[in-house]
Amino acid sequence: MIRPRLILLVFASAIGLLAAANGTWLKEVPAREHARPNPLRGQPDAVAAGGRLYAEHCAKCHGKNAQGLGKAPSLRSLRVQQQATEGDLHWLLVNGNLRRGMPSWSKLPDPERWQIISYLKSLGP
Amino acid sequence: MPGGSLCSPASVFPDSPLLTSVRPRKLCGADITSTSRARVGAPTSLEPSILASPRPVLSTDGNRKWSKRVLSTTLSGLQCALWVAVTLAASPSTSVAQEWPYFVTYSHDMEEPGNLEIAFLSATGKPLGGNRFVGSTLEFEYGVKGWWTSEFYLDGQSTFHDSTIFTGYRWENRLRPLLREHWINPVLYTEFANISADKALREVVGHDGKADLTNPNGEARQEKEREIELRLILGSNVGGWNISENFIAEKNLANNPWEFGYALGLSRPLRLMASPRPCGFCRERFVAGVEMYGGLGDRYRFGTRLTSHYLGPTLNWKSPNGLALSLSPQFGLNSYSLPLIYRFGVSYEIGQALGRAVSAFRRGGTR
Repeated sequence: MIRPRLILLVFASAIGLLAAANGTWLKEVPAREHARPNPLRGQPDAVAAGGRLYAEHCAKCHGKNAQGLGKAPSLRSLRVQQQATEGDLHWLLVNGNLRRGMPSWSKLPDPERWQIISYLKSLGP
Repeated sequence: MPGGSLCSPASVFPDSPLLTSVRPRKLCGADITSTSRARVGAPTSLEPSILASPRPVLSTDGNRKWSKRVLSTTLSGLQCALWVAVTLAASPSTSVAQEWPYFVTYSHDMEEPGNLEIAFLSATGKPLGGNRFVGSTLEFEYGVKGWWTSEFYLDGQSTFHDSTIFTGYRWENRLRPLLREHWINPVLYTEFANISADKALREVVGHDGKADLTNPNGEARQEKEREIELRLILGSNVGGWNISENFIAEKNLANNPWEFGYALGLSRPLRLMASPRPCGFCRERFVAGVEMYGGLGDRYRFGTRLTSHYLGPTLNWKSPNGLALSLSPQFGLNSYSLPLIYRFGVSYEIGQALGRAVSAFRRGGTR
C-alpha cells in the first residue's frame, strides 16, 4: 500500500524539481517588476561596465562566456534572452533563487545590477 | 618562498627572554604555539609551562628590547598575512569578495554557495595600566547553500611584555529563513566558541570592559570559555546603503548568566555605478561606513551601566582579483571601554572552491 504512494511522491518531487529548474521563478515576478524598464538601456558604457561586473561576480558560476557551468544555467538561453524581460532579470538579481543556488545580489548597488543586465541582454542567444 | 622567508619560524617568533618555553608550531599566524621540551624539561602542554613561569621582571632596556621583538613579531605576522593575500590575489582562479566594512556587525548577505572566503582579522589596543595586545582571527567562510553560510575561526593573540598564544576556535552558522529580499531581512546566527584569554574582540557583550584585557595571559588562560552565542541579524540594502543591526545573546556554558550586546553598521560604496574601464582604485571599489557596538549587561543587570561601547569609521577596498582590505579605528565611548582599537582585515574569496577541489581530484585520478 505504501509503495505506490511513495513512487507517486518521488515522481511528483522530481517533476517539481524539474519545474523549478525550468525557470518557474519567472512566474513569481510581480507584474510591476516584470514591466520595469532598464534605465541604462542602449548605453554602450553600461554594457562595457556590465561585462566587467559579470566577470567579477557571475563568471565563476555561469562561465566566462555565460554558457553555463555545472548546475548554473546558461545565460544565453532563450529563457534569459527572450522570455525574461530586463525587469524580470533585475528582480532575480535582487531576490536570488536561494533554493536553487542563485544568491541574492541585493548587495550590489542598483545601477550596477542594471549594468549587468545590459551586458547580459547584449549577448544574444 | 625560500628558507629565510618572512614566514619562517625564526622571523615570526624571534627568541624571547620571556618565552623560552614557547615555540611556534604553525607559520604565519603567530597564533599556534607548542612547548619545547628540550628547554623546559618535561611539560607536555603549553598551559602548565605558561602558568608555571611567572612574568619575569626585566630592566627598562630589557623591556624596550622585548617590545621591539614583540612588535617585529606582530609585523612579521601581518607581513605574512599580506604576503599570502598578495600571492593569492595573483592567482587566476579568483572571485571578488563583496564586502561590507564591518568587523563586529554581520550583514544579512550570505556567502555565495560553493565559495570559500579566507580572512585574517586583527584588533590592537592598549588598556590603561595594561600592555598593548594584538588579537587575531583566521576565518574560513563557506557558502553551503544560498540560505546557509558556515564559518570556522582560529583565534590567537599576542600581548606585549607577555606572550603569543593560540586562544581557541569558533564555529558559527548563519541561516536565512526568508528566501526573498524584503525591506528588512532577518538572519539567524548560532556560534559555539571554545576559547580562553581571547582578545580578538569579535563581539562585546555583558560587562566586557578594559579590565578584562589587562590580566596576564597565564592568568587569563585559566578561565576556559565554552560559549554559545546567538544573534538576530537584521539587514537592509537601500539605495546603495547597507544598514545592519545585530542583537547578541551569549552564554558561557559554565552556568554563567546570559549576556547581551549589540552591533550596528551603516555603509555605502563611494560610487554606485561601475566604471566601463578596468580600474583598481576607482571609487566604486571603496566602501565607507561607520560601525558601533557594545554590551548590554546580563540577565540580572540589563542595560548600559558598566558596559563598554565603541564607535568608529570603517573603510573597505576590494581589488579586481578577489582581495579585500578593511581598516577601522574605533573609539571607546566611555571610561569602561578601551580608548582606541585599531582593526585591520584582509580577505580573499575563492570562487566555487569545493567544485575546483573535486575537479582537481578527478583530474588527478584520471592521470
